[in-house]
Amino acid sequence: MTVLAPLLRTRTTAVWLLLMAATLLSWSLGLSHGRPLTALSILVIAFVKIRFIGRYFMELRESPPALRTMFEIYCAAVLLTLSAMYLFV
Amino acid sequence: MSLTLLDAPTASAPELSRRHHRVPGETGIWVFIFGDMLVFAITFASYLYYRGKNVALFNASQHLLNPDFGLVNTLLLLTSSLFVVLAVGTVRRGVHQPAPPLILGAFGCGLAFSVLKIIEYSSKVDAGLTPQTNNFFMLYYVLTGLHWFHLAIGLGALTYMFFSARRPALDTKQFGWFEGFGCYWHMVDLLWIVLFPLLYLVN
Repeated sequence: MTVLAPLLRTRTTAVWLLLMAATLLSWSLGLSHGRPLTALSILVIAFVKIRFIGRYFMELRESPPALRTMFEIYCAAVLLTLSAMYLFV
Repeated sequence: MSLTLLDAPTASAPELSRRHHRVPGETGIWVFIFGDMLVFAITFASYLYYRGKNVALFNASQHLLNPDFGLVNTLLLLTSSLFVVLAVGTVRRGVHQPAPPLILGAFGCGLAFSVLKIIEYSSKVDAGLTPQTNNFFMLYYVLTGLHWFHLAIGLGALTYMFFSARRPALDTKQFGWFEGFGCYWHMVDLLWIVLFPLLYLVN
């Protein structure tokens, strides 16, 4: 536990708590059916979450800029594509 | 792309400096991870394409899913990811003892996810909702099945990590694989984070 204690007191644990809270928020938003704005908010929350997973869990925030940028582009491109498809297809 | 720091000659715990940029895990695993993420991005877009052709059917079918299953599964995968992060962190510091139980915890979360998925599939099939029912359920089974296949591979990766962590020390190469498989597990989590709202919540 002496090794775990400092690890638990890091930003990663705070990120995990944030991700758990964001999941509950998405779920509760999903229960109120209907509005496109709600659906888009749920999508945006999902991509903010995966960005946090990439940056903090996969440790991409400390990776070479090329790898980090590829991940950021993936998040932005897929979010924009899915949002556009939800609205216009 | 700088690939520094994985060549540290340390024989025991690979202490990797955080002052420099480094690729987490084996470099090759990122080709696989980005490849998989791209394939899933295409399947997400395909889902919305078919949804656009019959929004009413997709909305009505989606209401037949129970989002509580998706919620619990998301919380399970997020928690398993935290266990993996902690396990990698302890091994990086050269203290292996807490890592195997942490990886076992992550494995348990993955197993619980699988059990819930089987219960969910069974309830849908019992209700007559199969891949043949309509396009929504075809995509629901294909996407969740494809994800589960990746999760099953991830359970294999966690098994490798469990036995690696039980070794008294890892060399740089071994730690690269250990950390890389951890990243693979996070990818399984990441893909579900998009799949859950897309299939269960966005209507």
